[in-house]
Amino acid sequence: MREKKLRVIITFPTTASAIAMERFCKEHELAGRLIPVPGQIRAGCGLAWMAPPPEKERLAAALEAAGLIHEGIMEYVL
Amino acid sequence: MIYLDHAATSLMKPPGVMEAVIRGMQQLGNAGRGAYESALDASRLFYDTRLRLAELFAADGPEQVAFTANATAALNIAIQGILSPGDHVITTQMEHNSVLRPLYFMESKGVRLTILPAGADGRISYDEMEAAIASDTRAIVCTHASNVTGEMNDLKRIGAVCAQHGLLLIADVAQTAGTFPISMKEMNLDVICFSGHKSLLGPQGTGGICVRKGLPVRPLLMGGSGVDSFAGKHPSRMPEALEAGTQNGPGIAGLRATLDYIKETGMQSLREQELAYMWRFHDAVIKLPGIRIYGDFSDRAAMRAPIVSWNLKEHDAGRIADELYQRYGLAVRAGVHCAPLMHRALKTAGQGAVRMSFSAMNTEAEIDLAIRAVLKLAEEG
Repeated sequence: MREKKLRVIITFPTTASAIAMERFCKEHELAGRLIPVPGQIRAGCGLAWMAPPPEKERLAAALEAAGLIHEGIMEYVL
Repeated sequence: MIYLDHAATSLMKPPGVMEAVIRGMQQLGNAGRGAYESALDASRLFYDTRLRLAELFAADGPEQVAFTANATAALNIAIQGILSPGDHVITTQMEHNSVLRPLYFMESKGVRLTILPAGADGRISYDEMEAAIASDTRAIVCTHASNVTGEMNDLKRIGAVCAQHGLLLIADVAQTAGTFPISMKEMNLDVICFSGHKSLLGPQGTGGICVRKGLPVRPLLMGGSGVDSFAGKHPSRMPEALEAGTQNGPGIAGLRATLDYIKETGMQSLREQELAYMWRFHDAVIKLPGIRIYGDFSDRAAMRAPIVSWNLKEHDAGRIADELYQRYGLAVRAGVHCAPLMHRALKTAGQGAVRMSFSAMNTEAEIDLAIRAVLKLAEEG
């Protein structure tokens, strides 16, 4: 198993909004990748964006600036 | 076989569509059902296709585009998901059963239904449409183009009437999506229901619904959505709200390929070519003895879908279609084309009509063979 570390997690209400995030991050060279929504955040299914903690502010600013639909941005040890 | 039934489905597909479907079958996982590459690839492909469709129809954004199996499914979602008992809805005699039957069903649940008459030329009156609006009117549901005559409704004009009276406009664009300009913003359209396999030239089993942002639509189907699995209610956010269960990944891959083809080739170029074939056929047969063509072809500048429906004397349309196929290999549609009220307006409910519908995928030689075939039948009487 990979080592647990503090990570930034962004959650989305729909798959489309998660893919929109991935697309935006690729276009703007923002770090991270899509992962299954961690069970600590929400039981069930869905996609979340995971990135290293130093990226949190850049990602939050990007979400705001681009008007990307998301549910929350938080930090978890995963 | 010479295929002239494009209003039913586009048999000949643009280059790249079949390959995209096959690649989809080989490579796509289930969209929204995993964070591994093949599932993500399916989600990415769906998102790309939503983006292209949102751009094509000037919809409120990619998330406002939901995929369906066909235009009929989309129309059922819109009609059953928006109207409620006590609402009044206006539709037209030009409609396909994919509009009429869900409306009759909602009428049985307490929706008041007004069906505007079409004239002998298959056209409706916009004045009558406005006059039918009452205090309880919620929506107008109408087709962009008749699948029988090709006559088109002016959606921009109807949209302006809807805006003025605070009504919803739900449009069936099955016959026009892909070859005629459709702008949800400019036409004030709240919902459009499209087929992916007719003028969009994509695979059968594809279609969709575009919904204005903020307009709630009750889902017709509920189930797996890939999100909020412990919630007892199906998600209300678009597009998942209207996409329960596994979607048609390979079909959507083909749809994306045809959207690229249409963009590269140009919608106007495709439309001009198919209309050129329609006029070539129309002009060659219009004056033949015993031929009756349905619809109003008097204004050559008027927008119309590339369809010519006709009869020869009092011959049953099915018999003529069979002769055309058996003797000349012409694949055309006979009968009432699932639009029974339109045939009542045209007074062809008993005889039906022979429908020829054209595509840019046809050739001039094919059209000329169709002309020669009709000339021969007319000559034989």
